[in-house]
Amino acid sequence: MILSPAILALLAGSGLTAGLLAGAAVAGVPLLTRFDLTDGSERQLRRERRTYLISTCVAYAAAFELLSLFLFLAAADRLHPFFVGAMCAAGTLNAHPWGYPSLLMRLVTFLLAGLWLLLHHADSKGYDYPLLRLKYGLLPLVALASVAAAVSQTRYFLGLTPEVITSCCGALFSAAAPTVAASLAALPPRPVGVAFAAALLLLLGSGMIFLRRGRGGYLFAATAVAAFPLFLAAFISWFCLYFYELPTHHCPFCVLQREYGYVGYPLFLALLGGAVTGGGVGVLLPYRQRASLAAVLPRLLHRLVILSLGAYGLFAALCLYRMWVSPLRL
Amino acid sequence: MGPLFAKQRYLLDFALSCLWRRRGKNLALLTVYTLVVFAVASVMFFTQALKREAALVLGATPELLVQKLTLGRHDLIPADYTHRIREIRGVGQVTGRLWGYYYDPQVRANYTVLAPQGVEVPERTVLVGAGIARVRHLTRGATLTFQGYDGKPYSFQVRGVLSPESELLSADLILMSAADLRRLFGLPEGLYTDLTVAVANPREVSTVAAKIQELYPDTRPIVREEIRRTYEAAFDWRAGILLAVLSGALLAFLIFAWDKAAGLSAEERREIGLLKALGWDTAEVLQLKFWEGAVVSLTAFFLGTVGACLHVFVAPAPLFAPVIKGWSILYPRFRLTPFISLFDLGILFFFTVVPYTVATIVPVWRAASMDPDQVMRS
Repeated sequence: MILSPAILALLAGSGLTAGLLAGAAVAGVPLLTRFDLTDGSERQLRRERRTYLISTCVAYAAAFELLSLFLFLAAADRLHPFFVGAMCAAGTLNAHPWGYPSLLMRLVTFLLAGLWLLLHHADSKGYDYPLLRLKYGLLPLVALASVAAAVSQTRYFLGLTPEVITSCCGALFSAAAPTVAASLAALPPRPVGVAFAAALLLLLGSGMIFLRRGRGGYLFAATAVAAFPLFLAAFISWFCLYFYELPTHHCPFCVLQREYGYVGYPLFLALLGGAVTGGGVGVLLPYRQRASLAAVLPRLLHRLVILSLGAYGLFAALCLYRMWVSPLRL
Repeated sequence: MGPLFAKQRYLLDFALSCLWRRRGKNLALLTVYTLVVFAVASVMFFTQALKREAALVLGATPELLVQKLTLGRHDLIPADYTHRIREIRGVGQVTGRLWGYYYDPQVRANYTVLAPQGVEVPERTVLVGAGIARVRHLTRGATLTFQGYDGKPYSFQVRGVLSPESELLSADLILMSAADLRRLFGLPEGLYTDLTVAVANPREVSTVAAKIQELYPDTRPIVREEIRRTYEAAFDWRAGILLAVLSGALLAFLIFAWDKAAGLSAEERREIGLLKALGWDTAEVLQLKFWEGAVVSLTAFFLGTVGACLHVFVAPAPLFAPVIKGWSILYPRFRLTPFISLFDLGILFFFTVVPYTVATIVPVWRAASMDPDQVMRS
């Protein structure tokens, strides 16, 4: 293990947040099974009070999870000098078998925690806990993802030994390597570009229809969720070449470095934000007829659609602008 | 968005007035919290600044060093090794270096003696580092005498003192001509301390190192990146150990914070009871408590960070310097270049604010969910 302050902070932070979420999930079980607003007993009163504790715990933990994903990426990027052959976070994550699973679990936790926060926000607008069961039903899943992220991250950091020979972005994300990342890098640019443009247009079209007429919400949500992996694949196979001005460099992590103005952070934040808010539309849509939410949910859904469009629009704008100004021509 | 912001602003206003009303208690908490942030931030900023200095210094060193090993120990390397190494594809200049250590019993310190390349030092004269000049009270024109390998005294005139700006590198350094160094240490011609190898393409350094090792199995090629990695690991390890030690203090602080948040005074209970009787719900009291915690946390974070900056970059970190940078009689005096990244602040936030927030959630919820009638009766 590398005893660096960043690793210690991430281990402590993820341990605390996983503990908070696991505790909240356990405390939420009685709410899921026995919560009854018509019951006026002392126990029901205690359950109602407990919703505040659980919501507070999860809200804080989710906020910390969101922050820790980016700190994890930044830490992986900073640790690359310890590994022979590593030039960015790609090499650091590849230095141990738990590196990439750990990142994947952090991403899943980020998306689930984001969705949970949206549900909680909508639930707090209704006077009769309208989304209580959905919220506390999702909570064990969020907690499980967070615990899995904390465990995989701990195994990863404990298993890291400096000076091991590791493959870096050049090898990992080169089209000939037999990895998933390489398969993404090997995707042909033209079909990927067409798929990207189609998804963007569909997103914009369905979003505008929903904003104007209140229809097509599910199509928008499904497109927004599908756009996340699609846009990521488009970035790895196509857009990143223009950022690096190299026709063979497909690494998604080098853009997190200073040489590229840390542009990777706004790019990935936009992608994640677009997926969470777009997914949130799909999760909340079935409840817009609920009496206690009928007045507030349509407005919230409109905001989420605008936010999702804005986030994906920012991602597309940054990529297309880079393509336009880059001296590289494919 | 307007009413939402307005509500949060009023809550923040009220939180500030609540904190001011209980300023004695909050000041104690703020002081301890600030000290914790200060200690953790000092360790982190100092380590980062040292790592940065090391990286800058190493940037000017040769990409590859070759040492000869005998019985597993560093030995003098024959000059003819340079010819075959120079023939390796991709290798530029190969130069023999002459350097060694001289123990001065007068000040009980080791000097690094070096015959520089590219700097002309006339025979029987030396250039000395600022650290040596300080401990030996040397100025230009003074005489410095060393005991040679044969027990005879060798005197040198001090031609100058190296610039204090380079003290990080030259505090213990003595520069003399190659002929003088060979005479002082009894080193025959045709032998060097080690070789420096210039490699045109940085990506080929490890390949060249492997080829040298293959060509001369009795040598040890040292790549600059390895040295840099070792420094990174050493500084990180020292900072990690210090933070592990400080985690005890952090834990004590968390218990203190928990206790402060849990131990509500009668006045605070009455205040919460009144707010609820006036129509505030639990969520609003929780928001109020969130703002109180945020004000305390951010103030402590700001004060602790500023204090740590002054401690590390203005006063040269007197509290932690010996542990992190090491020590010796001829330790260089140097001022670290201020450098703090957003990443460092994020890590510091995770170390201090996250545990504090987690520690106070349950007490804050207990306080916020109290019934007004229960509070009034008690």
